[in-house]
Amino acid sequence: MQTLSRFMFLAALTVMSVAQAAPRDDILAAYAAQAKAGDAAFAGVSAVRGEALHRDRHAGGKADSPSCTSCHGENTRAAGRTPVGKTIDPVAVSVAPTRYTDAAKVEKWFRRNCREVLGRECSAREKGDWLAFMITQ
Amino acid sequence: MKPLIRSIAVGAALFAVGAVMLERAKAGSDEFFPPVTDPLTRQECGSCHMAFPAGLLPARSWQKMMGELDNHFGDDASVDAATARQITTYLVAHAADSAGHGDMRRWLRRVPASAAPQRITELPKWVREHREVSPREWTRKEIASKVNCVACHVDAERGYFEDD
Repeated sequence: MQTLSRFMFLAALTVMSVAQAAPRDDILAAYAAQAKAGDAAFAGVSAVRGEALHRDRHAGGKADSPSCTSCHGENTRAAGRTPVGKTIDPVAVSVAPTRYTDAAKVEKWFRRNCREVLGRECSAREKGDWLAFMITQ
Repeated sequence: MKPLIRSIAVGAALFAVGAVMLERAKAGSDEFFPPVTDPLTRQECGSCHMAFPAGLLPARSWQKMMGELDNHFGDDASVDAATARQITTYLVAHAADSAGHGDMRRWLRRVPASAAPQRITELPKWVREHREVSPREWTRKEIASKVNCVACHVDAERGYFEDD
């Protein structure tokens, strides 16, 4: 009986994480399709490029946020902090499984944060790369 | 049986009176500002900083702020039009000078009626209430900014801003 209920629990967990993965995969696929539409040579999103985008220091943005890590921190699985001191939930999907499942919310934060860090909006390829990196984290 | 019912009734009445008095005391003090209850406002205004109680600014301040979200103290905090409308409605309805918050008017003392202050931390009353905090303390790493109420007021998220 105990084995059965444990099995049911694990099955439910699996269904739940699959249910959350689906919209995230759709968002990633949409960015990939958008990137492909803009560049025929686009060969798919890259978590490696996404990690570089996340960790590099960029010029063009605001002085106190040259990198995504300025607020989100070096460790993707740990909490970050906004310039005014509020805690930000970790960005890694492994520890924040509900993240990146609402397309409008994802777009809103890319728009805001890319402007803060890069001084411009991110391209579809950059958004796809970054999301691909977070999915591996 | 009858005396029992009577004492229960008296007890309940006393409790109710006490609860009302407690609410009055909280609303009348400088230390309690009802926290944001609208989930959308709480979420949108609480991502980068604490969702400040609407009673900390007058309605005209919130209206101006909500019209300039693309440059919110230098940051892009813009939201879609429908979201902005709903948040504005909530903030205006619960502002310091709104109908239900008569006791909050004291918080706006010496704020000219023609001004729409944007920074809570520049209100004369705020400055006065924080005059005993030394400049050195503000630079402590855990505080980060004057906007980070919870660094000192541990129950700020629940509306309590007593001295800690």
